[in-house]
Amino acid sequence: MKKIIITVVGLDTVGIIAKVCTYLAEHQINILDISQTIVADYFNMMMIVDMAKADVGFDAMAENLKKAGEEMGLIIRCQREEIFTSMHRI
Amino acid sequence: MINLLEVNETNQMISQENLDVRTITMGISLLDCIDASTEAVCEKVYRKIRTKAARLVATGQEIEAEFGIPVVNKRISVTPVSLIGGSCCRRAADFVKIAKTLDQAAKDVGVNFIGGYSALVTKGMTPAERLLIESIPEALAATERVCASVNVGSTKSGINMDAVRLMGTVIHQTAEKTKEADSIGCAKLVVFCNAPDDNPFMAGAFHGVTQEDTVIHVGVSGPGVVRHALHVNQDADFESLCETIKKTAFKITRVGQLVAKEASRRLNVPFGIVDLSLAPTPAVGDSVAEILEEIGVEYAGAPGTTAALALLNDQVKKGGIMASSYVGGLSGAFIPLSEDHAMTEAALAGALNLEKLEAMTCVCSVGLDMIAVPGDTKESTISGIIADEMAIGMINQKTTAVRLIPVIGKTVGDTARFGGLLGEAPVIAVNPFSCEKLIARKGTIPAPVHSFKN
Repeated sequence: MKKIIITVVGLDTVGIIAKVCTYLAEHQINILDISQTIVADYFNMMMIVDMAKADVGFDAMAENLKKAGEEMGLIIRCQREEIFTSMHRI
Repeated sequence: MINLLEVNETNQMISQENLDVRTITMGISLLDCIDASTEAVCEKVYRKIRTKAARLVATGQEIEAEFGIPVVNKRISVTPVSLIGGSCCRRAADFVKIAKTLDQAAKDVGVNFIGGYSALVTKGMTPAERLLIESIPEALAATERVCASVNVGSTKSGINMDAVRLMGTVIHQTAEKTKEADSIGCAKLVVFCNAPDDNPFMAGAFHGVTQEDTVIHVGVSGPGVVRHALHVNQDADFESLCETIKKTAFKITRVGQLVAKEASRRLNVPFGIVDLSLAPTPAVGDSVAEILEEIGVEYAGAPGTTAALALLNDQVKKGGIMASSYVGGLSGAFIPLSEDHAMTEAALAGALNLEKLEAMTCVCSVGLDMIAVPGDTKESTISGIIADEMAIGMINQKTTAVRLIPVIGKTVGDTARFGGLLGEAPVIAVNPFSCEKLIARKGTIPAPVHSFKN
């Protein structure tokens, strides 16, 4: 399993989750967990996904999602899960 | 599983509090490059660095992209060049040829600094070591990325005062040779006591002879993260203050450990150490002095500063040591005058002088760092300042260092401008009284007694 954390931050608008999920489904990237909050109109979402069967590489996915985010005025970032587990889990 | 709050905390540290990996430094042994002719040594040195570090910069960039953490610098440290050139260098100019080779290799693999133009002379100097030290001014003036260091003392063997005297002259000559750029050559020259041989930070990095052939060290940094953690907890007592610093240092160091292991795996080079130093940059919010202000002094240098720094340094170590089994290098808080905007402001406000800085170095790494002094400071006075700092290191069994910049043509009230990560520094006053008689004495200060500690 190759877990990646995708974070989406920006002003809330219609179809954010749909757009990201569509991209992930098209590329065989499995979603393991989603959580989100909206604070003062700001959309804040985190997804844990598994890239084990993905038909794209990490770099391409990160770049494509970043571009898709920019089109919607959002910051979408992809990071390997280990940076968070190493910092927050003993 | 990781939750949203934890993810946001990490990403806020990176995007707003300047958390970064300050350097991935590859240590490369050049012992197998020793040869009878300077040309042969240069050729072997160039080839070895090009081969071993070919993928260093690219690997740093890959890690940066995949983990979303900036890897600011990629650097190289090599075996002290005095050992490598001893067999072939007959003149100072021969050593300068090796320096130019290192510079070219650094440029060609894309690293911004290469350290190890060094000599370890705690007890005495071989002719080659003396030649290397004498070649430093020319080597630093003729190169862009080479960093030099000289270890002149240790707790086990005392202080080589002949080397201390020589370094006063060498620093002055280096300043003269680079005076067009505010004597910037001196920013790449460190004098050490108890120099660690696994230090990833410049300008004092070199690859010790006890190390493996090639090794990866990582230096993390996050003074902004520590400051922010203290800022949200204003009325904390000392127990919770210390707890906050320890937890933050743990988190920062874990990132360093992760990056070090990942770089080591990808480059197929053994992992050496994580250096958990708090290293500031000139950016606002990336300052060690701001942490001291947050703990409770108006400016760094005010009464209480040494206590606050001692507390900070100790808690950073306690948190960091749990996060990585292999902590090494300098691992303390850096207090450079030029690379930390709040330190610079403290000096300008009159809160911080050379004597207070010296006191602060007793409780933290690493020493009198990036301090601009008047260009007409006497060589013997520079040696006197070095000797004092070396004595602190020798007696307290810790690393101390001096990186002084006598800025030729400038005096107290002027500002030396180095640019980039080196920042700018106000020229500060030096005690005007003489130590010429002390510095003129020949020989070595003996090693201190290791009992009767008081």
